[in-house]
Amino acid sequence: MTAATGIGARVLRTEDKRFLTGTGRYVDDLPLARATYAYFLRSPHAHAKIKSIDISAAAKMPGVVNIFTGKDLVDAKVGGLICGWTVKDKHGQPHKAPAHPVMAVDTVRYVGDTVAMIVANSHDEAKDAAEAIKVDYDVKPATIDLAKAFDKGSAEVHPEAPGNLVYDWEIGVKADVDAAFAKAAHVTKLDLINNRLIPNAMEPRAAAAEYDKGTGHYTLWSTSQNPHVLRLILSAFVLGIPEHKLRVIAPDVGGGFGSKIFCYADETMVCWAASRVGRPIKWTAERSESFQTDCHGRDHVTHAELALDKDGKFLALKVETIANMGAYLSTFSTAVPTYLYATLLAGQYTTPLIYANVKAALTHTAPVDAYRGAGRPEATFVIESIVSKAAAEMKIDAAELRRKNFIPSTAFPYQTPVALQYDSGNYPPIIDEAMKIADYKGFEARRAEAKSRGKLRGIGFSSYIEACGLAPSQVVGSLGAGVGQWESAQIKFNPTGNVQVMTGAHSHGQGHETTFAQLIHDKLGVPMDQIEIVHGDTATTPFGMGTYGSRSLAVGGSAIVKATEKIIAKGKKVAAHLMEASVADVEFENGTFKVAGTDKSVPLAQVVFAAYVPHNYPHADTEPGMDENAFYDPANFVYPAGTQICELEIDPETGTTEIVAFTAIDDFGNIINPMIVEGQVHGGIVQGVGQALFEAAVYDKDTGQLISGSFMDYTMPRADNFPSFKLGYKTTPCPHNPLGVKGCGEAGAIASPAAVMNAVHNALAPIGVKHVEMPATSLNVWQSIQGAQRQAAE
Amino acid sequence: MYDFAYHRPKSVADAIGLLKSKPEARAMSGGMTLIPTLKQRLARPSDVVDLGGVKELAGIKVEGNNVVVGGMTRHADVASSAEVKAAIPALAYLAGHIGDPQVRNRGTIGGSVANNDPAADYPGAVLALNATVSTNTRKIAADDFFKGLFETALGEGELITGISFPKAEKAAYVKFPNPASRYAMVGVFVAKTASGVRVAVTGAGATVFRVKAMEEALAKNFSSAAIKDIKIPADGLNSDIHGSAEYRAHLVGVMARRAVDAANK
Repeated sequence: MTAATGIGARVLRTEDKRFLTGTGRYVDDLPLARATYAYFLRSPHAHAKIKSIDISAAAKMPGVVNIFTGKDLVDAKVGGLICGWTVKDKHGQPHKAPAHPVMAVDTVRYVGDTVAMIVANSHDEAKDAAEAIKVDYDVKPATIDLAKAFDKGSAEVHPEAPGNLVYDWEIGVKADVDAAFAKAAHVTKLDLINNRLIPNAMEPRAAAAEYDKGTGHYTLWSTSQNPHVLRLILSAFVLGIPEHKLRVIAPDVGGGFGSKIFCYADETMVCWAASRVGRPIKWTAERSESFQTDCHGRDHVTHAELALDKDGKFLALKVETIANMGAYLSTFSTAVPTYLYATLLAGQYTTPLIYANVKAALTHTAPVDAYRGAGRPEATFVIESIVSKAAAEMKIDAAELRRKNFIPSTAFPYQTPVALQYDSGNYPPIIDEAMKIADYKGFEARRAEAKSRGKLRGIGFSSYIEACGLAPSQVVGSLGAGVGQWESAQIKFNPTGNVQVMTGAHSHGQGHETTFAQLIHDKLGVPMDQIEIVHGDTATTPFGMGTYGSRSLAVGGSAIVKATEKIIAKGKKVAAHLMEASVADVEFENGTFKVAGTDKSVPLAQVVFAAYVPHNYPHADTEPGMDENAFYDPANFVYPAGTQICELEIDPETGTTEIVAFTAIDDFGNIINPMIVEGQVHGGIVQGVGQALFEAAVYDKDTGQLISGSFMDYTMPRADNFPSFKLGYKTTPCPHNPLGVKGCGEAGAIASPAAVMNAVHNALAPIGVKHVEMPATSLNVWQSIQGAQRQAAE
Repeated sequence: MYDFAYHRPKSVADAIGLLKSKPEARAMSGGMTLIPTLKQRLARPSDVVDLGGVKELAGIKVEGNNVVVGGMTRHADVASSAEVKAAIPALAYLAGHIGDPQVRNRGTIGGSVANNDPAADYPGAVLALNATVSTNTRKIAADDFFKGLFETALGEGELITGISFPKAEKAAYVKFPNPASRYAMVGVFVAKTASGVRVAVTGAGATVFRVKAMEEALAKNFSSAAIKDIKIPADGLNSDIHGSAEYRAHLVGVMARRAVDAANK
């Protein structure tokens, strides 16, 4: 199609007009007549028994409509929240699945755990009433520190999980890996912490619900990344509302990063209470509630060892990880540090033997679940950190050691020792291009120049692989997933020729309304302004799995392409009839049906009109209408890969790090809208650098109070922390989806922490600093320098 | 926030009258601290007396050897003032680096100094420049004004009407911002005025303080080399997840040297 707006064009985002002019419609914007407002009373303690809850004074406060506690849910036989992925431990036993009551019944397990819901005529009145609720807590010792979660004497979070162990899981054959280590010429060992993060979507979570007494219908508006999945969970497991009586709408949503995948207590309560209250209920999290109760991300303690031969060939990798689950198992929490983490530990390398052992721990902290990259950033950080450390130890150039171990381009499809089969890729040209753009050759001169200014300059690589485009349903089903992971699309033409495309994916910043429209424009020739992408409403879109895991284009886009093929096939029949030709002779190109070898043609719009006003129509074998559905279940994951190079300078006097150059070369397969892809990469890099240099969810290790509970103490990355990024592409199309696309949403965040930290270590190595944990804040780096100086002095 | 009565008087006298007649009343200048505090329900005043309508409190004028900044003067106005830039460029620089543009266009010097947040920037300038704080009842020397954590010499019903800064021969302010909030984790204001050399540190302790050892060294030799061996004790300094007391003590030295170098440029 025309290069201006079709596949590969930098089309400005259609949705931005409403976002930038303040006319987006978010959950909180909903005008609901007779609305009430909910406020949740939350636990101030990390661990306590609830001896009693006295709501009598609060219930008499002005404007209070109703107050609910956990006991009301027990009485109403409301189910608990669920974990949707069953991980089997190394003995084949399913993970320990402690109860997750929607609101606490007799025990609170983290600061922020839900204790009571107050519904009032206004938000302020609900909040006033919350202050009048008297909860008598018997405060208990809490387990906060992940490294001590399994220690004897640490407080148990749930009786169903003795010793706080959710599962002890493994992949690979330990004996084989140990044998390889015994023969190694060099072993590199690494202990690291993958720091806990708080997602901080710009729009806080919000929910609103109303109940229609006449029809028994519930409507729930939620800031969800996957409204159908939310409906399924609420219907089938938690509230028992029949699916057809529950409509879930996720309107404009201001960012998710994974944190809005899950089914939360708040939206569940708003929905459930709507019928009890008899009026619509609205709730929007305050920012401090978001900090306390949005599912957090990452939080691993890891020991890794890499065995190499004398030439630097990787022989085996051994990884032991403790992963924090928080106080309850959130929707997909169990899968993140297992199937989304350990299966990625081959990275871009031919490491023949890999063994990983993952123990999941419960602690008295907020639940931890998928956050941009989900498991893959953690895996990449382990691999790329240990590879760079091995290079430094063996005095081999970091790029050279990587190149030596890359999977050769001739080896695809490549079966890794950790379950995944990479479908395509060509890694050496990526690192070559990155080194060229980053001027790797000139680095030592730049380091010397920086030294003359008193600065320590460092350079770091990160060559990542990820598996996304979640996911082949049969594969994830065999690994314990409770759902399939196909995607759906419906293309519905209107008689006047414009088209609505319903997708089961959900856009909350990704720009689907533009990218998907470009697909339709490219495949069907419909002008961009005649296309509307519809998403986020279970009543108007076909059942879909939503957006996460960089899946929307690879899976959802593929479903759209399949639907366009059905439209074209049907259109050919109608066009053949209109042109009095044989269907076999009809071709479709640029929005027009043509009879091959003739000048006969009929535009798609005319075919559509004929389908809705079928006066002259092939009724014998063709139904009226132009409306096609498609479902697409991918044959494999997709495997984006790339190399990032970070160059930075550290001020040794203050410990402050400044990123001076950042290069990212990616293989995302074919690209539909390069501008949107660049935006995704920029955002991903910034989020990953945030983890590396700034962000940390810090709990008081005794009381479990969230110390980094506001933007005053939780350091978000900001524009002035970054140089202009240098991006590029080396493409190998995905061989198994119709667009040849991979995913780009998470790559930046997956690769960048290791690139930054390798550069930090590279910069500090000359002054004897051995290891710096993330985030490498000014304080942390300064203390590391002090430590190294003290050691040198001893 | 809890409900309160709102007043917007037009004169200092009316403002004082309101504050005195309502024991639970709070004065509000820019509201940069008070409004978030109210929103978090951490304060419950019966009345808020907004000084935004008191025109006599805002403005900058040069009086002899002093720059007098009215209590309700916004940071952005100090930052862009030709008079301030000419007389004490370091003061304009400080004002231009408080918070973000929104804060600089709302926040006021009187509000900042009266609040005496340990991480605020202005107290450093007031103390280092040996400024005089004028209220509706008296004049208070900088050395007598800052009493402790969020504590000043201001009494009940007393409002800052203006602050008089002596012109500086040399002055500079260098801060190390808290990475999250970007308040001063350590800010050092160095000034050489007619009354001598002063080094004031904000952000590091419970309240702004002077470093006499540095002042004495700089009085003899106003160069960063003169203070390079002066160590600040960590005892009593603030400590949090962004900076230990030791780190802050170290940063005081670094920021002081950088401030002296900047003042000498």
